[in-house]
Amino acid sequence: MKTLRLFCLAALLLSTQMGADWTQFRGTDTTGVSADKVPTRIAESIAWTADLPGRGLSGPIVVGDQVILTASSGFNQDRLHVLSFSAKTGELNWERQFWATGRTMCHPKMCNATPTSASDGQRIFAFFSSNDLACLDLEGNLLWFRGLTHDYPNASNSLGMSSSPVVVGDTLVVQVENDSQSLAVGLDTATGENRWKLDRPIAANWTSPLVLPGSKPSDTLVVLQSSKGLVALEPKTGKEKWKYTESCSTIPSAAVSNGVLFVPSKGLTALDVRAAGEGPVSVWNSGKMGPSTPSPIAIADKVYAVGGAGVLSAADAKDGKALWQLRLQVKLEDRTSGGQFSATPVAADGHIYLFNEEGVGLVINTSGEKGEVVSTHDFKEQILGSPAIANGALFVRSDRHLWKIGK
Amino acid sequence: MFKRFGVLLGLAAGVAGGMLEARGADTAPLIEAIRAVDSEGKGAQAAAQAFQKLSQEGPASIPGLLKSLDGANPLASNYLRNAIENIVAKTRKAKGTLPLAEIEAFLKDTKHEPRARRLAFEILVASDKANYDRLVPGMLNDPSTELRRDAVILVMEQGNALFDEDKKDEAKAKYRAAMAAARDDDQVKTLKKYLDELGEKVDLPTHFGFLMTWKLIAPFDNTAGKGFAVAYPPEKELDFSKEYEGKEGVKASWVGTTTEDEYGIVDLAKVLTPFKGAVAYAVAEFDSDAEKAVDLRLGTPNSWKVWLNGKLLFAREEYHRGMNLDQYRMRGTLKKGKNTILVKVCQNEQTEEWAQRWQIQLRVCDATGTAVLSADRKAAASTGGSD
Repeated sequence: MKTLRLFCLAALLLSTQMGADWTQFRGTDTTGVSADKVPTRIAESIAWTADLPGRGLSGPIVVGDQVILTASSGFNQDRLHVLSFSAKTGELNWERQFWATGRTMCHPKMCNATPTSASDGQRIFAFFSSNDLACLDLEGNLLWFRGLTHDYPNASNSLGMSSSPVVVGDTLVVQVENDSQSLAVGLDTATGENRWKLDRPIAANWTSPLVLPGSKPSDTLVVLQSSKGLVALEPKTGKEKWKYTESCSTIPSAAVSNGVLFVPSKGLTALDVRAAGEGPVSVWNSGKMGPSTPSPIAIADKVYAVGGAGVLSAADAKDGKALWQLRLQVKLEDRTSGGQFSATPVAADGHIYLFNEEGVGLVINTSGEKGEVVSTHDFKEQILGSPAIANGALFVRSDRHLWKIGK
Repeated sequence: MFKRFGVLLGLAAGVAGGMLEARGADTAPLIEAIRAVDSEGKGAQAAAQAFQKLSQEGPASIPGLLKSLDGANPLASNYLRNAIENIVAKTRKAKGTLPLAEIEAFLKDTKHEPRARRLAFEILVASDKANYDRLVPGMLNDPSTELRRDAVILVMEQGNALFDEDKKDEAKAKYRAAMAAARDDDQVKTLKKYLDELGEKVDLPTHFGFLMTWKLIAPFDNTAGKGFAVAYPPEKELDFSKEYEGKEGVKASWVGTTTEDEYGIVDLAKVLTPFKGAVAYAVAEFDSDAEKAVDLRLGTPNSWKVWLNGKLLFAREEYHRGMNLDQYRMRGTLKKGKNTILVKVCQNEQTEEWAQRWQIQLRVCDATGTAVLSADRKAAASTGGSD
């Protein structure tokens, strides 16, 4: 019981990211939820817009006063860019370029700059669909470079790769899974060398690792998802701690909140992992809550998922009881926009920030009995990546621009 | 006060610039440490230390660093590239002088690594935008596809201007020149369309070097994908007169085919039968006038293996994740005379409409994508094929 209380306290402390950096896909704690207050009216709150080179679907991360993101350019998408912008002004601090060493072919909707970068606060880990991984310091100096397809030649997917790496302590966990050669590696953040390497299920998989906080930092686990289920690993050793063997989705990734995982499996399945010595305990399952491409998000006592028809569904996190649904369609001057979503939503102060593929942002107030669209904004450019929230601002990446919403 | 401060700043810049110039210690061991970086992070720590030191070098080191990219492995190339960029950025910040003449000499020596030459070009253009207009017109047949791409755009634009002035013959000549130089498919497609409109036919198979004539055999069993790992008779012997016991009692015998697809796509499902859970083999012969290293570039939505003269070049087990020109690039060496290219093409049992493709597209070219043609094929004048 004491362990459970400690776990809940640690989870609570880690589950909301307040005024802090946003250092990886879905934030430092990978929940996608910030404790910041962020403007809810986008159009009136755009602080700056910065031009980006080439193409990119990756989300921004925020480290101190830097907004970091990646892009890829060239006819073959083989020029890789890592860019740092001033969070205050949107000015470019620095840009570094690399040559892809792995395969760059992608589905036309995707591009090489699809995975979101990660940071441990001192280093930046920029990862690409070609499985190239550049580690830079915060001034843009190269610390090490790995080419995971160079190292493992069949680790690639002709449709492109999108799994974003996560940092846990001094280990960077990277998931590279496809039909031909699948692996996950835990890399020493200082040197880039393998701490461990695991063979993974041979099947295409676009999900990202998830950080699962323990009762103390050293108990933190990393959870890998695939069509074969979930596996929780010790980040430093790659040692397996528990397993869930039901098939999971290979596109949206599981969400976490207060020691419960919300897993895209048979729709959506809630797994209590607070006493996972014996393995996770299935709490509920809902066929109606199955997410499409965006990963689900859990906020306090509710969980939300965007389905294939562009409908946002809310359920009670305790028992999966359906609460409400909201069709995410926006009437614009010349058309009705909605339906297709790829970007995983983020949340702050009871509001969910959603972006459809056409580039229309929707702010949903979830504090009432039903979800309510508070505001919308047409960015007029494709958005497929998940935004970042840091220091009271939202950072949105469209295909060719970076936007700051907030002061 | 401001003046004096300005003088101090100038001095500081001068000192920094002087230091940059003066360092110039022997960079060879540092470059060597970086070039030794290898798979799975081997040598990465030594490379990182060498990189930090190299980044402190002055601008005089840039030409040598550019040269060090010749033959460097792809991982090391990224360290070296970044060291050059750091030195350039630092020199610019300190208002130092870049060795632009030497950098341009490096660019103009087409024996150097194409990507390094592109980097040199970008340094020159960032130093003076006028360099773009000065240098690009001479790059239409450059070994660097990136440099060549810019020159192709320039000549296409010249053609467009002539077309708009109703000078169609002159426009055609420009488009023809651009077409001969174009290596990227988007440019080839556009130029082909322009030339088609002007009544000039473009021979795409010759331009790209697609292999059009094949001998095919099927079906061998690939139920549950197991045939990928099985070495069926064509992997052991190539006797085109023989017939084998195929999948489910179907006799497998060799058939000849020449594709008429202008992108060289051989549709196995059409030429053979749309077997499911089956393995096919495709064999092409290539007559080379000399021993030479070439690229074999394959496109296929199926699992595959490719052998050149009996040597396995690569194998990949992936089904229906798309098919593209140059989807897979393999390096091989042609021997003088007759060469045999064998492709194993596995079809799985997926039933979806989009999973019925059983196709290959293979071309032989040099590293820049310029067609290398078998001696029994004539290079069309408009394509600039290298054989």
